[in-house]
Amino acid sequence: MPAVLIDDVYKRFGDLEVLKGVSLSVEPGQVVALIGRSGSGKSTLLRCINGLEAINAGRIEVAGHVVDQDPKKLRELRKDVGIVFQSYNLFPHLTVGQNIMLSPRITQNVPTAQAESLAREVLAQVGLSEKFDSYPDNLSGGQQQRVAIARSLAMRPKVMLFDEVTSALDPELTGEVLLVMEKLAQAGMTMLLVTHEMAFARNVASTTIFMHQGKIWESGASKEVFANPQTPELRNFVSAGAK
Amino acid sequence: MLFQDVISRWPMILNGVGLTIVLSFVAIGLGLVLATLMSALRSLAGSWAGYVVDAYVELMRNTPFLVQLFMIFFGLPQLGIRMNGLEASLLAMTLNLAAYATEIIRAGVDSIHKSQVEAGLALAMSRRQVFQYVILQPAFARVWPALSSQFVLMMLASSICSFVSVQELSGTAAIIEADTFRSFETYIVVTVIYLVLALSVKLALNWLGRRIFPQVSGLARVTEAHGEAA
Repeated sequence: MPAVLIDDVYKRFGDLEVLKGVSLSVEPGQVVALIGRSGSGKSTLLRCINGLEAINAGRIEVAGHVVDQDPKKLRELRKDVGIVFQSYNLFPHLTVGQNIMLSPRITQNVPTAQAESLAREVLAQVGLSEKFDSYPDNLSGGQQQRVAIARSLAMRPKVMLFDEVTSALDPELTGEVLLVMEKLAQAGMTMLLVTHEMAFARNVASTTIFMHQGKIWESGASKEVFANPQTPELRNFVSAGAK
Repeated sequence: MLFQDVISRWPMILNGVGLTIVLSFVAIGLGLVLATLMSALRSLAGSWAGYVVDAYVELMRNTPFLVQLFMIFFGLPQLGIRMNGLEASLLAMTLNLAAYATEIIRAGVDSIHKSQVEAGLALAMSRRQVFQYVILQPAFARVWPALSSQFVLMMLASSICSFVSVQELSGTAAIIEADTFRSFETYIVVTVIYLVLALSVKLALNWLGRRIFPQVSGLARVTEAHGEAA
C-alpha cells in the first residue's frame, strides 16, 4: 500500500485554482521532491496532505488515513504525518526540550519522564543534545529548524513533509539542515519535500516531481528528470536554477 | 496644618488600606480568571458565544463603574438578589475588570502569528490545546504591561466602593474628614497612600512579569522573523 496516495485533487482559493487535478503516489521509504516556480501549487499540495488546507475535490490518503476535515480524524492523521515549515514555528515561550515534549505529552499521553528521554533521543538525532534547555530565540536559524525537525520526529511519524525548510537560511545553515534530512532519508523515512535546493532533490530524492500551473508537469527518477527534462518549462526551470 | 488629628487615627487608616488591597486583589484574581475564560470562549466556541462575550465587554466598557456598582447594590435587590456593600463591590469590580482584561487579552491573542497555531495543529493538538499551550502564555506576555496598568486603575477605582458604605481607604478618609474637619490633611495623607500603593503594585507586577515570562523580549523578535519568512 502506498504511504501517500493523491487522486485527482483540486484546490481553489476563491477564484484562483491552485491545484488542477493532481495525482501521485509515494511508496513507504520513498523520498519525493516537489519542485517548481512560486505559485505552481507545490506548497499547497503539501499542506493538503495533512489537512492544513481543505481540498475541493479528489481524495488523499496518507499513512492509512483518509484526509477529512473532521477535527478528530485530522488529529489522528497528524500523529502519523509530521510537517516542518519554512519559518520553523517553534514555540518561543518553551525551551527546546519543552517544545519537543509538549505534543507527545498532551496528544499521546506519554508520561513526562518518557517524553524527556524521547526528546533527548530526537535531539541527538539532529545533533543538538546540548540545547535541551535553551530557548528558541537563542538558537541560529539552522538550529531552530533542526529542533523543528526533532519536534516532528518525537511524534514518531510514518510520513514527513518538508515545506521549503531551508528557504529562510543562508547557505552554511542550509547545509546543516539538509544533512539531517539526508540522514533521515537514509534511515528509511518516507519524505515529501518542497524545495528549491536542486542538488538536494537530484541527489537525495529518488523521485522528483515538477509542478507547473497547478499540475504535475513532469515527474520521474530524479537523475533522469534533471538530466533529460522533456518539457520546455522544466528545461527553462532547471537551466535557470543552474545559473 | 494639623496632621496630628489625621495621623493619630492610623489604625482606621490601616484598616482602610487593608480593605482596599483585599478588594483589589480578589477582584483582579477573579476578574483575570473570568477574562481568560471569556477569551477562550471567544476564540474557541461558535460565533454566538463570541457575540455574547463582545456584548458583555462593550456593555461594561461603555457604562460608568459607579452605575454598575449601583445597579448591583441598589438595583438587584428589587429582583430579589441582595448583597452587602462589600459583596456588591467585589462583584462589580470583578465584572468590570473582567471586561477590560478580556479586551486586552484579545489583543494579545490576535498578535500571535497564525503560523504558531498551524504548528500546534500540525502536531496533532486540538484547537483548545493550541489555545491553552501555544497561544495563551505568549499572548499574556505581550499584554502584561497593559494588564498591569488596568490592575492599577482598578485598584484606584475601588475608591468608588465607598459610595456603598465600604470602609476602604476612601471611605475611611470620608469618616476621618467628617470627624476632624481636616479635609486638606486627610486627603493629602490618602493621596500619598494611594500613590505609594499604585507604584508598589506597578513595580511588583513588573517584577512578576519578568519572572513568569522570562523570554518576553524574545517574542517580538520571533514575530519579526515570521514576517520576513512569510
